[in-house]
Amino acid sequence: MRIPSSPALQPVRRSASASGRALRRFLRLFAGAGRDLAPLIGVVAFFQFVIFRQPLPDFESILLGLVFVVLGLAMFIHGLETSLFPIGEDMANALTAKASVPWLLVFAFGLGFGTTVAEPALIAVAGEAGKIAAEADMIEATPVAIEHWSNRLRQVVAVSVGSSIVLGVMRIIRGWPIHFIVIGGYMVVLVMTAFTPPEFVGIAYDAGGVTTSTITVPLVAALGVGLSTGIRGRSPVTDGFGMIALASLFPIIFVLGYGMVS
Amino acid sequence: MTGIGQAAADLVPALLQTLSDVLPIILLLFVFQIVVLRRPLRHPGRKLIGLGYVVAGLALFGAGLESALFPLGRSMAAQLTAPEFLGLAEGEIGPPSAYLWVYVFAAAIGFATTVAEPALITVSIKAEQVSAGTIRAFPLRLAVALGVAVGVALGTYRIVSGTPLHWYIMAGYLLVAAQTIWAQRVMIPIAYDSGGVTTSTVTVPVVSALGISLAAAIPGRSPLVDGFGLIAFASLFPIISVLAYAWTAAWLLRYRRWTRPR
Repeated sequence: MRIPSSPALQPVRRSASASGRALRRFLRLFAGAGRDLAPLIGVVAFFQFVIFRQPLPDFESILLGLVFVVLGLAMFIHGLETSLFPIGEDMANALTAKASVPWLLVFAFGLGFGTTVAEPALIAVAGEAGKIAAEADMIEATPVAIEHWSNRLRQVVAVSVGSSIVLGVMRIIRGWPIHFIVIGGYMVVLVMTAFTPPEFVGIAYDAGGVTTSTITVPLVAALGVGLSTGIRGRSPVTDGFGMIALASLFPIIFVLGYGMVS
Repeated sequence: MTGIGQAAADLVPALLQTLSDVLPIILLLFVFQIVVLRRPLRHPGRKLIGLGYVVAGLALFGAGLESALFPLGRSMAAQLTAPEFLGLAEGEIGPPSAYLWVYVFAAAIGFATTVAEPALITVSIKAEQVSAGTIRAFPLRLAVALGVAVGVALGTYRIVSGTPLHWYIMAGYLLVAAQTIWAQRVMIPIAYDSGGVTTSTVTVPVVSALGISLAAAIPGRSPLVDGFGLIAFASLFPIISVLAYAWTAAWLLRYRRWTRPR
Protein backbone atom coordinates (compact mmCIF):
# COMPACT_ATOMS: atom_id res chain seq x y z
CA MET A 1 0.00 0.00 0.00
CA ARG A 2 3.06 2.28 -0.05
CA ILE A 3 2.25 4.12 -3.24
CA PRO A 4 4.04 7.46 -3.27
CA SER A 5 1.35 9.86 -4.40
CA SER A 6 2.00 13.42 -5.34
CA PRO A 7 -0.53 16.08 -4.36
CA ALA A 8 -1.20 16.76 -8.02
CA LEU A 9 -2.30 13.16 -8.67
CA GLN A 10 -4.81 13.00 -5.88
CA PRO A 11 -7.80 14.89 -7.36
CA VAL A 12 -7.63 12.88 -10.58
CA ARG A 13 -8.09 9.64 -8.71
CA ARG A 14 -11.21 10.91 -7.01
CA SER A 15 -14.40 9.97 -8.84
CA ALA A 16 -17.26 12.31 -9.65
CA SER A 17 -19.45 10.82 -6.94
CA ALA A 18 -16.75 11.50 -4.36
CA SER A 19 -16.63 15.17 -5.22
CA GLY A 20 -20.44 15.27 -5.10
CA ARG A 21 -20.23 13.79 -1.63
CA ALA A 22 -17.67 16.40 -0.64
CA LEU A 23 -19.99 19.14 -1.90
CA ARG A 24 -22.93 17.74 0.06
CA ARG A 25 -20.78 17.52 3.16
CA PHE A 26 -19.66 21.08 2.68
CA LEU A 27 -23.26 22.25 2.33
CA ARG A 28 -24.11 20.44 5.54
CA LEU A 29 -21.25 22.26 7.28
CA PHE A 30 -22.50 25.52 5.84
CA ALA A 31 -25.93 24.80 7.32
CA GLY A 32 -24.25 23.86 10.60
CA ALA A 33 -22.36 27.15 10.78
CA GLY A 34 -25.59 28.97 10.01
CA ARG A 35 -27.31 27.09 12.81
CA ASP A 36 -24.53 28.14 15.22
CA LEU A 37 -25.26 31.72 14.34
CA ALA A 38 -29.07 31.45 14.40
CA PRO A 39 -29.61 31.85 18.18
CA LEU A 40 -27.41 34.95 18.20
CA ILE A 41 -29.31 36.48 15.28
CA GLY A 42 -32.61 35.58 16.93
CA VAL A 43 -31.79 37.36 20.19
CA VAL A 44 -30.40 40.43 18.41
CA ALA A 45 -33.44 40.61 16.10
CA PHE A 46 -35.83 40.31 19.04
CA PHE A 47 -34.16 43.19 20.88
CA GLN A 48 -33.90 45.28 17.74
CA PHE A 49 -37.50 45.00 16.63
CA VAL A 50 -39.41 44.34 19.85
CA ILE A 51 -37.47 46.31 22.49
CA PHE A 52 -35.73 49.10 20.55
CA ARG A 53 -38.27 49.18 17.66
CA GLN A 54 -35.64 50.54 15.31
CA PRO A 55 -33.88 49.22 12.22
CA LEU A 56 -30.39 47.86 12.91
CA PRO A 57 -27.67 50.43 12.13
CA ASP A 58 -25.30 49.40 9.28
CA PHE A 59 -27.62 46.54 8.43
CA GLU A 60 -26.08 45.82 5.00
CA SER A 61 -22.45 45.60 6.08
CA ILE A 62 -23.40 43.46 9.08
CA LEU A 63 -25.38 41.12 6.85
CA LEU A 64 -22.43 40.82 4.46
CA GLY A 65 -20.13 40.20 7.41
CA LEU A 66 -22.41 37.47 8.76
CA VAL A 67 -22.28 35.74 5.37
CA PHE A 68 -18.47 35.92 5.62
CA VAL A 69 -18.59 34.47 9.13
CA VAL A 70 -20.81 31.55 8.13
CA LEU A 71 -18.87 30.84 4.94
CA GLY A 72 -15.52 31.24 6.71
CA LEU A 73 -16.47 28.95 9.60
CA ALA A 74 -17.84 26.30 7.23
CA MET A 75 -14.66 26.32 5.12
CA PHE A 76 -12.48 26.39 8.21
CA ILE A 77 -14.18 23.40 9.84
CA HIS A 78 -14.29 21.49 6.56
CA GLY A 79 -10.56 22.10 6.20
CA LEU A 80 -9.86 21.04 9.78
CA GLU A 81 -11.80 17.82 9.35
CA THR A 82 -9.96 16.84 6.19
CA SER A 83 -6.46 17.91 7.21
CA LEU A 84 -5.44 18.81 10.74
CA PHE A 85 -7.82 16.59 12.72
CA PRO A 86 -6.93 13.28 11.01
CA ILE A 87 -3.21 14.09 11.17
CA GLY A 88 -3.47 15.09 14.82
CA GLU A 89 -5.48 12.04 15.81
CA ASP A 90 -3.18 9.64 13.94
CA MET A 91 -0.24 11.26 15.63
CA ALA A 92 -1.73 11.15 19.12
CA ASN A 93 -2.48 7.45 18.63
CA ALA A 94 0.94 6.69 17.16
CA LEU A 95 2.76 8.53 19.95
CA THR A 96 0.73 6.74 22.62
CA ALA A 97 1.55 3.42 20.98
CA LYS A 98 5.22 4.38 20.82
CA ALA A 99 5.10 5.09 24.57
CA SER A 100 7.89 7.64 24.37
CA VAL A 101 7.10 10.08 27.17
CA PRO A 102 9.58 12.85 26.16
CA TRP A 103 8.27 12.98 22.58
CA LEU A 104 4.73 12.87 23.87
CA LEU A 105 5.39 15.90 26.08
CA VAL A 106 7.08 17.79 23.24
CA PHE A 107 4.11 16.99 21.03
CA ALA A 108 1.66 18.03 23.76
CA PHE A 109 3.35 21.39 24.11
CA GLY A 110 3.48 21.96 20.37
CA LEU A 111 -0.15 20.97 19.98
CA GLY A 112 -1.30 23.39 22.66
CA PHE A 113 0.88 26.20 21.33
CA GLY A 114 0.11 25.67 17.66
CA THR A 115 -3.64 25.34 18.01
CA THR A 116 -3.93 28.34 20.32
CA VAL A 117 -1.94 30.75 18.15
CA ALA A 118 -4.35 29.99 15.29
CA GLU A 119 -7.51 30.10 17.44
CA PRO A 120 -9.97 32.57 15.81
CA ALA A 121 -11.60 33.62 19.10
CA LEU A 122 -8.22 34.45 20.63
CA ILE A 123 -7.15 36.41 17.54
CA ALA A 124 -10.36 38.42 17.90
CA VAL A 125 -10.03 39.17 21.61
CA ALA A 126 -6.28 39.90 21.48
CA GLY A 127 -6.83 42.38 18.65
CA GLU A 128 -9.58 44.12 20.58
CA ALA A 129 -7.45 44.16 23.74
CA GLY A 130 -4.63 45.79 21.78
CA LYS A 131 -6.92 48.60 20.59
CA ILE A 132 -8.24 49.19 24.10
CA ALA A 133 -4.73 49.19 25.57
CA ALA A 134 -3.72 51.84 23.02
CA GLU A 135 -6.77 53.97 23.83
CA ALA A 136 -5.86 53.77 27.52
CA ASP A 137 -2.30 54.95 26.76
CA MET A 138 -0.80 51.70 27.97
CA ILE A 139 1.00 51.27 24.65
CA GLU A 140 1.61 53.58 21.69
CA ALA A 141 -1.47 54.12 19.54
CA THR A 142 0.17 53.07 16.27
CA PRO A 143 -1.04 50.04 14.29
CA VAL A 144 2.44 48.49 14.54
CA ALA A 145 2.60 48.84 18.33
CA ILE A 146 -0.94 47.51 18.70
CA GLU A 147 -0.26 44.52 16.49
CA HIS A 148 3.01 43.82 18.28
CA TRP A 149 1.26 43.96 21.65
CA SER A 150 -1.62 41.69 20.64
CA ASN A 151 0.72 39.20 18.98
CA ARG A 152 2.80 39.10 22.16
CA LEU A 153 -0.35 38.52 24.19
CA ARG A 154 -1.33 35.65 21.89
CA GLN A 155 2.12 34.11 22.22
CA VAL A 156 1.95 34.28 26.01
CA VAL A 157 -1.45 32.59 25.94
CA ALA A 158 -0.20 29.98 23.46
CA VAL A 159 2.82 29.12 25.64
CA SER A 160 0.49 28.79 28.62
CA VAL A 161 -1.88 26.45 26.79
CA GLY A 162 1.12 24.41 25.62
CA SER A 163 2.30 24.08 29.23
CA SER A 164 -1.17 23.16 30.40
CA ILE A 165 -1.42 20.34 27.85
CA VAL A 166 1.97 19.06 29.04
CA LEU A 167 0.66 19.04 32.61
CA GLY A 168 -2.58 17.44 31.43
CA VAL A 169 -0.62 14.63 29.75
CA MET A 170 1.51 14.15 32.88
CA ARG A 171 -1.68 14.05 34.90
CA ILE A 172 -3.14 11.27 32.77
CA ILE A 173 0.13 9.29 32.85
CA ARG A 174 0.51 9.63 36.62
CA GLY A 175 -3.18 9.63 37.50
CA TRP A 176 -3.17 12.87 39.51
CA PRO A 177 -6.66 14.04 40.47
CA ILE A 178 -7.75 17.08 38.50
CA HIS A 179 -9.41 19.06 41.27
CA PHE A 180 -6.24 19.52 43.37
CA ILE A 181 -4.48 21.07 40.37
CA VAL A 182 -7.43 23.26 39.43
CA ILE A 183 -8.28 24.50 42.94
CA GLY A 184 -4.58 25.02 43.71
CA GLY A 185 -4.21 26.88 40.43
CA TYR A 186 -7.02 29.25 41.30
CA MET A 187 -5.37 29.94 44.67
CA VAL A 188 -2.30 31.00 42.69
CA VAL A 189 -4.54 33.21 40.53
CA LEU A 190 -5.96 34.82 43.67
CA VAL A 191 -2.53 35.65 45.04
CA MET A 192 -1.21 36.91 41.69
CA THR A 193 -4.27 39.15 41.16
CA ALA A 194 -3.21 41.19 44.18
CA PHE A 195 0.14 42.02 42.53
CA THR A 196 -0.99 42.58 38.94
CA PRO A 197 -1.88 46.00 37.50
CA PRO A 198 -5.71 46.17 37.32
CA GLU A 199 -5.63 46.74 33.54
CA PHE A 200 -4.41 43.19 33.06
CA VAL A 201 -6.79 41.38 35.39
CA GLY A 202 -9.83 41.41 33.09
CA ILE A 203 -7.85 40.43 30.00
CA ALA A 204 -6.09 37.65 31.93
CA TYR A 205 -9.34 36.17 33.25
CA ASP A 206 -10.91 36.27 29.81
CA ALA A 207 -7.86 34.65 28.22
CA GLY A 208 -8.81 31.44 30.02
CA GLY A 209 -12.16 31.14 28.30
CA VAL A 210 -11.26 32.18 24.78
CA THR A 211 -8.45 29.70 24.25
CA THR A 212 -10.67 26.67 24.19
CA SER A 213 -12.82 26.69 21.11
CA THR A 214 -12.77 25.58 17.50
CA ILE A 215 -9.32 24.08 16.90
CA THR A 216 -8.02 23.40 20.38
CA VAL A 217 -10.89 21.41 21.88
CA PRO A 218 -11.17 18.62 19.29
CA LEU A 219 -7.41 18.06 18.95
CA VAL A 220 -6.74 18.19 22.67
CA ALA A 221 -9.73 15.97 23.42
CA ALA A 222 -8.42 13.45 20.87
CA LEU A 223 -5.06 13.43 22.64
CA GLY A 224 -6.66 13.00 26.08
CA VAL A 225 -9.00 10.22 25.01
CA GLY A 226 -6.26 8.46 23.01
CA LEU A 227 -3.86 8.57 25.95
CA SER A 228 -6.29 7.41 28.61
CA THR A 229 -7.47 4.59 26.37
CA GLY A 230 -3.88 3.48 25.77
CA ILE A 231 -2.71 3.52 29.41
CA ARG A 232 -3.90 0.72 31.64
CA GLY A 233 -5.91 1.80 34.66
CA ARG A 234 -7.11 5.04 33.06
CA SER A 235 -10.60 5.50 31.76
CA PRO A 236 -11.18 7.72 28.74
CA VAL A 237 -14.29 9.22 30.28
CA THR A 238 -12.88 10.36 33.62
CA ASP A 239 -9.24 10.92 32.68
CA GLY A 240 -9.86 12.06 29.10
CA PHE A 241 -11.83 15.00 30.43
CA GLY A 242 -10.11 17.70 32.42
CA MET A 243 -7.59 18.80 29.79
CA ILE A 244 -9.81 21.74 28.79
CA ALA A 245 -10.06 22.84 32.42
CA LEU A 246 -6.27 23.10 32.62
CA ALA A 247 -6.14 24.89 29.28
CA SER A 248 -8.57 27.45 30.72
CA LEU A 249 -6.60 27.90 33.96
CA PHE A 250 -3.02 28.33 32.75
CA PRO A 251 -3.61 31.31 30.45
CA ILE A 252 -4.93 33.27 33.46
CA ILE A 253 -1.76 32.62 35.44
CA PHE A 254 0.55 33.35 32.50
CA VAL A 255 -1.18 36.58 31.43
CA LEU A 256 -1.24 37.80 35.04
CA GLY A 257 2.49 37.05 35.17
CA TYR A 258 2.99 38.88 31.87
CA GLY A 259 1.15 41.86 33.35
CA MET A 260 3.39 41.80 36.40
CA VAL A 261 6.66 41.87 34.45
CA SER A 262 5.65 44.26 31.65
CA MET B 1 -21.58 48.63 -3.17
CA THR B 2 -18.29 49.79 -1.72
CA GLY B 3 -18.54 47.31 1.16
CA ILE B 4 -17.64 44.37 -1.07
CA GLY B 5 -14.65 46.10 -2.68
CA GLN B 6 -13.35 47.18 0.70
CA ALA B 7 -13.84 43.69 2.13
CA ALA B 8 -12.00 42.15 -0.83
CA ALA B 9 -9.09 44.55 -0.35
CA ASP B 10 -8.99 43.64 3.34
CA LEU B 11 -8.87 39.97 2.47
CA VAL B 12 -5.33 39.92 1.03
CA PRO B 13 -3.41 40.98 4.17
CA ALA B 14 -5.87 38.88 6.18
CA LEU B 15 -4.87 35.82 4.13
CA LEU B 16 -1.17 36.43 4.77
CA GLN B 17 -1.76 36.97 8.48
CA THR B 18 -3.82 33.79 8.64
CA LEU B 19 -1.11 31.82 6.92
CA SER B 20 1.38 32.84 9.60
CA ASP B 21 -1.20 32.02 12.31
CA VAL B 22 -1.68 28.47 11.07
CA LEU B 23 2.00 27.85 10.30
CA PRO B 24 3.06 26.61 13.80
CA ILE B 25 0.50 23.84 13.96
CA ILE B 26 1.20 22.76 10.37
CA LEU B 27 4.95 22.70 11.02
CA LEU B 28 4.43 20.72 14.22
CA LEU B 29 2.33 18.05 12.57
CA PHE B 30 4.58 17.69 9.53
CA VAL B 31 7.85 17.68 11.49
CA PHE B 32 6.50 15.04 13.85
CA GLN B 33 5.24 13.00 10.93
CA ILE B 34 8.65 13.02 9.26
CA VAL B 35 11.12 13.09 12.19
CA VAL B 36 9.43 11.11 14.92
CA LEU B 37 6.98 8.78 13.20
CA ARG B 38 9.04 8.49 9.97
CA ARG B 39 5.95 7.65 7.99
CA PRO B 40 4.67 9.26 4.79
CA LEU B 41 1.44 11.17 5.13
CA ARG B 42 -1.70 9.40 3.96
CA HIS B 43 -3.75 11.28 1.34
CA PRO B 44 -1.31 14.24 1.09
CA GLY B 45 -3.33 15.88 -1.69
CA ARG B 46 -6.56 15.88 0.19
CA LYS B 47 -4.81 17.22 3.29
CA LEU B 48 -3.18 20.01 1.32
CA ILE B 49 -6.57 21.06 -0.04
CA GLY B 50 -7.92 20.89 3.51
CA LEU B 51 -5.20 23.23 4.71
CA GLY B 52 -6.15 25.63 1.94
CA TYR B 53 -9.70 25.56 3.26
CA VAL B 54 -8.46 26.21 6.81
CA VAL B 55 -6.50 29.29 5.77
CA ALA B 56 -9.19 30.70 3.47
CA GLY B 57 -11.94 30.02 6.02
CA LEU B 58 -10.03 31.65 8.84
CA ALA B 59 -9.34 34.75 6.72
CA LEU B 60 -13.01 35.02 5.70
CA PHE B 61 -14.08 34.58 9.31
CA GLY B 62 -11.70 37.34 10.36
CA ALA B 63 -13.17 39.70 7.76
CA GLY B 64 -16.70 38.87 8.93
CA LEU B 65 -15.63 39.39 12.52
CA GLU B 66 -14.59 42.96 11.81
CA SER B 67 -17.64 43.86 9.75
CA ALA B 68 -20.36 41.91 11.61
CA LEU B 69 -19.70 40.33 14.99
CA PHE B 70 -17.83 43.19 16.66
CA PRO B 71 -20.16 45.91 15.28
CA LEU B 72 -23.14 43.83 16.38
CA GLY B 73 -21.87 43.69 19.97
CA ARG B 74 -20.97 47.39 19.92
CA SER B 75 -24.26 48.46 18.41
CA MET B 76 -26.29 46.45 20.93
CA ALA B 77 -24.28 47.93 23.82
CA ALA B 78 -24.73 51.45 22.43
CA GLN B 79 -28.50 51.04 22.07
CA LEU B 80 -28.92 49.39 25.46
CA THR B 81 -27.09 52.22 27.22
CA ALA B 82 -28.48 55.15 25.20
CA PRO B 83 -29.76 57.74 27.71
CA GLU B 84 -33.09 58.15 25.88
CA PHE B 85 -33.67 54.37 26.01
CA LEU B 86 -32.89 54.32 29.74
CA GLY B 87 -34.85 57.50 30.41
CA LEU B 88 -31.82 59.29 31.85
CA ALA B 89 -30.44 62.75 31.17
CA GLU B 90 -27.26 62.97 29.04
CA GLY B 91 -24.22 62.06 31.18
CA GLU B 92 -26.32 61.02 34.15
CA ILE B 93 -25.28 57.79 35.88
CA GLY B 94 -28.31 55.66 36.63
CA PRO B 95 -28.48 53.18 39.49
CA PRO B 96 -27.57 49.59 38.46
CA SER B 97 -31.29 48.79 38.39
CA ALA B 98 -31.77 51.25 35.50
CA TYR B 99 -29.82 48.92 33.24
CA LEU B 100 -32.21 45.99 33.54
CA TRP B 101 -32.43 45.40 29.77
CA VAL B 102 -28.64 45.05 29.62
CA TYR B 103 -28.82 42.08 31.99
CA VAL B 104 -31.77 40.59 30.14
CA PHE B 105 -29.93 40.88 26.82
CA ALA B 106 -26.75 39.39 28.31
CA ALA B 107 -28.64 36.45 29.78
CA ALA B 108 -30.55 35.85 26.53
CA ILE B 109 -27.35 35.88 24.45
CA GLY B 110 -25.62 33.56 26.92
CA PHE B 111 -28.49 31.08 27.01
CA ALA B 112 -29.33 31.06 23.30
CA THR B 113 -25.77 30.64 22.03
CA THR B 114 -24.91 27.93 24.55
CA VAL B 115 -27.90 25.63 24.43
CA ALA B 116 -27.30 24.80 20.74
CA GLU B 117 -23.49 24.63 20.99
CA PRO B 118 -22.29 21.43 19.21
CA ALA B 119 -19.34 20.88 21.58
CA LEU B 120 -21.73 20.99 24.53
CA ILE B 121 -24.11 18.48 22.94
CA THR B 122 -21.21 16.03 22.54
CA VAL B 123 -20.03 16.51 26.11
CA SER B 124 -23.49 16.14 27.61
CA ILE B 125 -24.18 12.87 25.78
CA LYS B 126 -20.85 11.56 27.06
CA ALA B 127 -21.70 12.68 30.58
CA GLU B 128 -24.99 10.80 30.46
CA GLN B 129 -23.06 7.61 29.68
CA VAL B 130 -20.46 8.15 32.41
CA SER B 131 -22.91 8.91 35.18
CA ALA B 132 -24.83 5.64 34.70
CA GLY B 133 -28.11 7.43 34.19
CA THR B 134 -28.22 9.88 37.10
CA ILE B 135 -27.30 12.70 34.71
CA ARG B 136 -29.44 13.27 31.63
CA ALA B 137 -28.04 14.93 28.54
CA PHE B 138 -30.74 17.53 27.97
CA PRO B 139 -31.08 18.84 31.57
CA LEU B 140 -27.29 19.00 31.69
CA ARG B 141 -27.31 21.20 28.60
CA LEU B 142 -29.96 23.37 30.22
CA ALA B 143 -27.84 23.60 33.37
CA VAL B 144 -24.81 24.73 31.39
CA ALA B 145 -26.83 27.24 29.35
CA LEU B 146 -28.44 28.63 32.50
CA GLY B 147 -24.99 28.88 34.06
CA VAL B 148 -23.71 30.88 31.10
CA ALA B 149 -26.83 33.09 31.13
CA VAL B 150 -26.48 33.89 34.84
CA GLY B 151 -22.72 34.33 34.41
CA VAL B 152 -22.89 36.82 31.52
CA ALA B 153 -25.75 38.74 33.15
CA LEU B 154 -23.84 39.00 36.43
CA GLY B 155 -20.77 40.01 34.43
CA THR B 156 -22.64 42.92 32.86
CA TYR B 157 -23.95 43.87 36.31
CA ARG B 158 -20.35 43.99 37.48
CA ILE B 159 -19.44 46.33 34.62
CA VAL B 160 -22.42 48.57 35.37
CA SER B 161 -21.72 48.66 39.10
CA GLY B 162 -17.94 48.90 38.66
CA THR B 163 -17.08 46.33 41.33
CA PRO B 164 -13.73 44.50 41.06
CA LEU B 165 -13.77 41.40 38.86
CA HIS B 166 -11.63 39.21 41.09
CA TRP B 167 -14.10 39.31 43.99
CA TYR B 168 -16.73 37.62 41.84
CA ILE B 169 -14.34 35.15 40.30
CA MET B 170 -12.77 34.21 43.62
CA ALA B 171 -16.14 33.82 45.35
CA GLY B 172 -17.15 31.64 42.42
CA TYR B 173 -14.11 29.40 42.66
CA LEU B 174 -14.49 29.07 46.43
CA LEU B 175 -18.02 27.86 45.74
CA VAL B 176 -16.64 25.45 43.13
CA ALA B 177 -14.09 24.16 45.65
CA ALA B 178 -16.81 23.58 48.23
CA GLN B 179 -19.05 21.87 45.67
CA THR B 180 -16.15 19.67 44.56
CA ILE B 181 -15.93 18.16 48.04
CA TRP B 182 -19.46 16.82 47.79
CA ALA B 183 -19.49 16.01 44.08
CA GLN B 184 -19.41 12.55 42.56
CA ARG B 185 -15.86 11.87 41.41
CA VAL B 186 -16.81 11.10 37.80
CA MET B 187 -18.62 14.40 37.42
CA ILE B 188 -15.70 16.62 38.49
CA PRO B 189 -13.68 16.66 35.23
CA ILE B 190 -16.86 16.94 33.14
CA ALA B 191 -18.08 19.90 35.17
CA TYR B 192 -14.69 21.63 35.00
CA ASP B 193 -14.51 21.13 31.24
CA SER B 194 -18.04 22.40 30.69
CA GLY B 195 -16.76 25.83 31.66
CA GLY B 196 -14.28 25.90 28.82
CA VAL B 197 -16.32 24.40 26.00
CA THR B 198 -19.25 26.78 26.27
CA THR B 199 -17.59 29.85 24.82
CA SER B 200 -17.72 29.32 21.09
CA THR B 201 -15.99 31.16 18.28
CA VAL B 202 -19.16 33.05 17.37
CA THR B 203 -20.11 33.98 20.93
CA VAL B 204 -16.74 35.28 22.13
CA PRO B 205 -16.45 38.29 19.78
CA VAL B 206 -20.03 39.45 20.36
CA VAL B 207 -19.84 39.08 24.13
CA SER B 208 -16.43 40.75 24.46
CA ALA B 209 -17.49 43.65 22.22
CA LEU B 210 -20.61 43.99 24.36
CA GLY B 211 -18.53 44.22 27.54
CA ILE B 212 -15.99 46.69 26.16
CA SER B 213 -18.64 48.99 24.68
CA LEU B 214 -20.71 48.79 27.84
CA ALA B 215 -17.73 49.93 29.90
CA ALA B 216 -17.06 52.70 27.38
CA ALA B 217 -20.69 53.88 27.37
CA ILE B 218 -21.25 54.03 31.12
CA PRO B 219 -19.77 57.16 32.70
CA GLY B 220 -16.93 56.44 35.10
CA ARG B 221 -16.01 53.01 33.72
CA SER B 222 -12.79 52.25 31.86
CA PRO B 223 -12.96 49.75 28.96
CA LEU B 224 -9.55 48.36 29.92
CA VAL B 225 -10.23 47.78 33.61
CA ASP B 226 -13.98 47.07 33.52
CA GLY B 227 -14.65 45.98 29.94
CA PHE B 228 -13.07 42.54 30.05
CA GLY B 229 -14.19 39.65 32.20
CA LEU B 230 -17.48 38.56 30.61
CA ILE B 231 -15.84 35.48 29.09
CA ALA B 232 -14.42 34.62 32.51
CA PHE B 233 -17.94 34.72 33.97
CA ALA B 234 -19.24 32.60 31.11
CA SER B 235 -16.53 30.00 31.84
CA LEU B 236 -17.01 29.94 35.62
CA PHE B 237 -20.75 29.74 36.16
CA PRO B 238 -21.40 26.59 34.12
CA ILE B 239 -19.03 24.74 36.48
CA ILE B 240 -21.18 25.80 39.42
CA SER B 241 -24.46 24.99 37.70
CA VAL B 242 -23.27 21.58 36.46
CA LEU B 243 -21.94 20.55 39.88
CA ALA B 244 -25.20 21.76 41.42
CA TYR B 245 -27.24 19.85 38.87
CA ALA B 246 -25.20 16.66 39.35
CA TRP B 247 -25.53 16.93 43.10
CA THR B 248 -29.26 17.56 42.94
CA ALA B 249 -29.78 14.71 40.49
CA ALA B 250 -27.90 12.26 42.71
CA TRP B 251 -29.78 13.49 45.77
CA LEU B 252 -33.14 13.15 44.08
CA LEU B 253 -32.26 9.66 42.92
CA ARG B 254 -31.31 8.66 46.43
CA TYR B 255 -34.62 9.83 47.80
CA ARG B 256 -36.57 8.17 44.99
CA ARG B 257 -38.25 11.36 44.03
CA TRP B 258 -36.65 11.32 40.63
CA THR B 259 -39.14 11.74 37.82
CA ARG B 260 -37.62 11.39 34.42
CA PRO B 261 -37.58 14.74 32.62
CA ARG B 262 -38.58 14.77 29.05
